[in-house]
Amino acid sequence: MTAEKQAVTITADTHPFLNGLWKQNPVFVMVLGMCPTLAITNSVRNAISMGLATTFVMVVSYGMISAIRKLIPKQVRIASFIAIIACGVTVVDFLVKAISIPVYQALGAYIPLIVSNCLTLERAEAYAGKQPVIKSMLDGLGMGLGFALALTCLGMVREVLGAGTFLGYPVLGSHFEPWVLFLLPPGGFISLAMWLLFFAWRKERAAKLAAAEATQ
Amino acid sequence: MTPATVLAVRTSPHAHAPRSVEKIMANVVFALLPICVYAVWLFGISALALLIVTTAAALATEQMFCRAGDKRSSIGDFSAVITGLLLGLTLPPALPLWMGGLGAFIAIGPGKMVFGGLGFNVFNPALVGRAFLQAAFPVAITTYTPAKALDRFTEFIPSTLAWPFMKAAPITEWMVKVKVDGFTGATPLMLQKFDHVTTDPWSMFLGERAGSAGETAPLLILLGGLYLIIRGMMSWRVPLAMLLSSVVLAQAFHMSDPARYPGALFVLFSGGLMLGAMFMATDPVGSPVTSRGMWIYGILMGTLTVAIRFLGGLAEGVMYAILLGNALSPLIENVTQPKTYGERRKAVAK
Repeated sequence: MTAEKQAVTITADTHPFLNGLWKQNPVFVMVLGMCPTLAITNSVRNAISMGLATTFVMVVSYGMISAIRKLIPKQVRIASFIAIIACGVTVVDFLVKAISIPVYQALGAYIPLIVSNCLTLERAEAYAGKQPVIKSMLDGLGMGLGFALALTCLGMVREVLGAGTFLGYPVLGSHFEPWVLFLLPPGGFISLAMWLLFFAWRKERAAKLAAAEATQ
Repeated sequence: MTPATVLAVRTSPHAHAPRSVEKIMANVVFALLPICVYAVWLFGISALALLIVTTAAALATEQMFCRAGDKRSSIGDFSAVITGLLLGLTLPPALPLWMGGLGAFIAIGPGKMVFGGLGFNVFNPALVGRAFLQAAFPVAITTYTPAKALDRFTEFIPSTLAWPFMKAAPITEWMVKVKVDGFTGATPLMLQKFDHVTTDPWSMFLGERAGSAGETAPLLILLGGLYLIIRGMMSWRVPLAMLLSSVVLAQAFHMSDPARYPGALFVLFSGGLMLGAMFMATDPVGSPVTSRGMWIYGILMGTLTVAIRFLGGLAEGVMYAILLGNALSPLIENVTQPKTYGERRKAVAK
């Protein structure tokens, strides 16, 4: 019953931007794009840059995909989507390199890998390939910023606990003993699990409250 | 309407004697107590405080998770006490107390309760806690202090009393004060591996050396293990297979290159091999139940221990060996299912 209701709200009522940012958050709800989520959230700076790069790719390429969606033959649509997304990724690759070499080196192979990110292709197939241009770009923006938000949440936990800093500034004092584990790969899994637990707990509590209200 | 008969669902071992999980667990605690007492005698009040903190944190975490999950409290079954004690025994006595508490929280919380409590955990909880601490605080967990330091019953090692989440005080001054000459803060295993200084196995057998709080007394560990085996509360196959395989493999290495690899006795009495083989590898939850499976499981862990010690980058490998063994035990159990009576081997397709 609830699943049905939820599906309706997501597809019809929710604004495409808010849908991506919160309702269907790519990391916390859909659990897509796990590769960059786990790999490069070891600092807030890396997380934000990765999120913004992905957002740019999604907005630009979804606009293009949506504009020519009626020209693309159904049989080769995935290949066409990938070619268009790859154009956006190439632009971002050069952009990041021009803006900051340290960030470019930190993100490394994960910028080219945006093209094979589950999230980018999933939204192209599920949304941009079927919807008008403005809505598709809004969806890309919402999903991208939702992705950036989630990465920043993870990056925050990992950087604060793993190094005692936030965006490079020490926040926990010089006597803080850093938990090196959180900068290493297991830290990514642990902090993702903690966030998912937090959201699951919130959802369960909300459902309980709603049930209690309904019985009264 | 009367409720249906409530069947008690218990975790293994499903023993038929008038014997319960609580009783067996309590006996394991009895077997561990002499080791704890000896650890306190060797390392003083720092070790005592560490053991108390880990046990208390383990119990508090268990209670908290039972509460959060609306379950009946399970702290009465002694399993959390064992986890807390074992964790305390595997940690160096100079470890800040808050790290010990955090380790116990990780051991019981993510290590056991999130899987559903006793009997459902994949890995030995105490080792999960220790592995977390090893990865999170690699310096603090390899800072060892000498056994039988002066004033050990009246004074804490300064690093143990760090404020929660804060860096520990350096122990160099304290080392000078307790007049330990030429002590480099390394365990016999580290000395052997990195400085090629072999410690005499006999002094290691008596346990008067640097190391984790409870790993330095092979004799007491052996006696505790034997007590449990004789009372039929622990499998003898796993520790025997693990110790035997590591001794045989170590001796083979030693014979191939005596200058580089230490002998079998050194391997047997150094590090946490004895404690791990007796009290952690034998955890009934994480080990296979078939007897052939137990042999394979023990031999696997013994081999891995020696392989990590001799060929890997770490000085000690018992912890990872047992965790890997735990991970493989469902598979081992699966391939060693005994043939049921009357079952015939499947005809091979020609």
